Amino acid sequence: MAARPSDPTRLARAAIVGPPFAWLLLFFLAPFAIVAAISFGQNAPDAAPPVAMTGTARNYAFLLSDALYVDAYLSSLRIAAIATVLTLLIGYPMAYAIAMAAPSRRPILLMLVILPFWTSFLIRIYAWRGLLSEHGLINALLRAMDISGDPGTILGSEWAIYLGIVYAYLPFMVLPLYAALEKLDRSLLEAAADLGARPWRAFLSITLPLSLPGVIAGCLLVFIPAVGEFVIPDLLGGTETLMIGKVLWDEFFTNSDWPLASAVAVLMLLALLAPIALYQRLRAREFGGS
Amino acid sequence: MTDAAAPPLALSVVGLRKKFGDVTAVADVSFDIGRGERLALLGESGCGKTTLLRMIAGFERPDTGRILVEGSDITDLPPYERPVNMMFQSYALFPHMTVARNVGFGLVQEGVARAEIERRVEEALELVRMAELAERRPDQLSGGQRQRVALARAIVKRPKLLLLDEPMAALDRKLRERTRLELVELQRRLGIAFVIVTHDQDEAMSMASKVAVMDRGTIAQLGTPTTIYERPRSRFVADFFGSANILEGEAAGRLVRCPALGIDIKTDHAADAGDGRRVGVAIRPERIALSTHRPEGADNAAMGVVQALSYLGDRSICHVEMAPGLTLRAAIDTRHDQPRPGHGDNIWLAWAARDAIVLGD
Ligand SMILES: Nc1ncnc2c1ncn2[C@@H]1O[C@H](COP(=O)(O)OP(=O)(O)O)[C@@H](O)[C@H]1O
Ligand SMILES: [Mg+2]
Repeated sequence: MAARPSDPTRLARAAIVGPPFAWLLLFFLAPFAIVAAISFGQNAPDAAPPVAMTGTARNYAFLLSDALYVDAYLSSLRIAAIATVLTLLIGYPMAYAIAMAAPSRRPILLMLVILPFWTSFLIRIYAWRGLLSEHGLINALLRAMDISGDPGTILGSEWAIYLGIVYAYLPFMVLPLYAALEKLDRSLLEAAADLGARPWRAFLSITLPLSLPGVIAGCLLVFIPAVGEFVIPDLLGGTETLMIGKVLWDEFFTNSDWPLASAVAVLMLLALLAPIALYQRLRAREFGGS
Repeated sequence: MTDAAAPPLALSVVGLRKKFGDVTAVADVSFDIGRGERLALLGESGCGKTTLLRMIAGFERPDTGRILVEGSDITDLPPYERPVNMMFQSYALFPHMTVARNVGFGLVQEGVARAEIERRVEEALELVRMAELAERRPDQLSGGQRQRVALARAIVKRPKLLLLDEPMAALDRKLRERTRLELVELQRRLGIAFVIVTHDQDEAMSMASKVAVMDRGTIAQLGTPTTIYERPRSRFVADFFGSANILEGEAAGRLVRCPALGIDIKTDHAADAGDGRRVGVAIRPERIALSTHRPEGADNAAMGVVQALSYLGDRSICHVEMAPGLTLRAAIDTRHDQPRPGHGDNIWLAWAARDAIVLGD
């Protein structure tokens, strides 16, 4: 039988666990409860705040029946998923190269990955506008090379959004992948080679499965914020690309419909709950198995 | 080329060298081992044992030299094309695979049919008595069980040569002793030649048919355990392999003049170096007999004063001062009927001519 922890231990534990809990309660759970409550209210333009708490599910019914919103959700999930795959395809080789580099060079390479964080996210995305616009640097280059007539404008296309997400979220993919690859025991790869596995086979059967926790963590760290992303589609995307973050912004600031905006936010959170729960289960299985 | 009918050597290493930057890990090593032989590479930590083994496995490229397995040159082959398998010191079991999949991994790479893989995996696991735990994962096994899985994985492909890097290092002493015997028994049954790296002299002696004592990247002496113990060639080997009293003297036929001891030591062989050269004489402590009176008919005898007696359980070591600054160690067994010399007693030491080993360098 496990001994009951003595009171001082329990106090100490509470003192350590308490503050972060209080923080989450105060700044995440409480605001979310307010948003959830508002989502069951009605728009009241003359009131301040412009909400009448009527306890209706009308907002949800409206969102789920209106094709615009459903499309916005679906296209957000699609864009986030494609962008996540692209980020993984670019981030994995990067993380692999850093993990395999000489130990003395790894901190510098990691530093380079994190370096963009020193500049504001908003400014960096704005800078991409300059690069991608009709008369921007990239088009100028394409024209100078004169490959295929008019290159068209990248800015405003869905590709610009992918580019923005891949660019902005790459560090979130590289870091967990690096953490997983860096702790991979090299003697496992030698053992695989010793048993007759060519490098590519050894990668597929040893490196890749053992870095899977990093792949999952990286993908979620990119996918979850990308679904709700507002700045990138707003600044780089075109008017025809619907993303739920933008819809939310419009409902809140342009239409001043707080209850509907809140319902959009709640549904987005619910949609993201599925991958988060999946991740937690995978992690639990990993720890439970050992 | 030698006799065409002679079976090819299991392994033949010719002039192997390897430097890491300025450090010479292996310096000009050559040796052969026949089929079914068991070679132990024995030496202090850092003397190049692992590097030598890793060159044979293909993980390090030698700077110069060739490696031949059963007559064919494998020096330039990548590890995955060599007919050798290695058991890693850390075992290097794949943590995400069951025991059965770990053992079957090498067969899958070879493209062996599934039914055949299952049969051979089971057979290999039977051999190491791990068949019941085939579905476990490595982290659900004890150290000894992991070691046996690693062994099964290394033999399942029936390599022409098995390489073992300190295979017992992670086991406790009792288990280590039992595993030594099991490993040799298994090797006999399979008939695979093996090279085992160890820094443990008992392990080398009890498991190997040949021992290579390594010293700073070179092989100081290669021979059967008996030869190396009875006839070490150098001071280094005599001192490293077992323990030895080493006296300095001057060769004179089958005698070694030893002024420090005040006698001419009789030996049964002349020094290679020739008369007049400075040589060493090694005498194993357990080959020295102690007596209170001058022994009759002994080849060599000298008197000293008991300085200390250290009790080791299975034997005691008697430190006898022969002359100022010259102390010899003699082992006495601890049976209760044996007389026990006391501190300060005068005592005679005697040893046979064949137990006085002349050392060249
Ligand atoms: N990959 C390496 N890089 C640099 N030096 C190494 C490397 N591997 C081994 N060495 C050096 O080579 C020498 C022999 O090492 P090793 O073969 O591991 O010895 P042992 O197995 O006998 O303990 C040591 O001085 C060690 O520091
Ligand atoms: Mg070693």
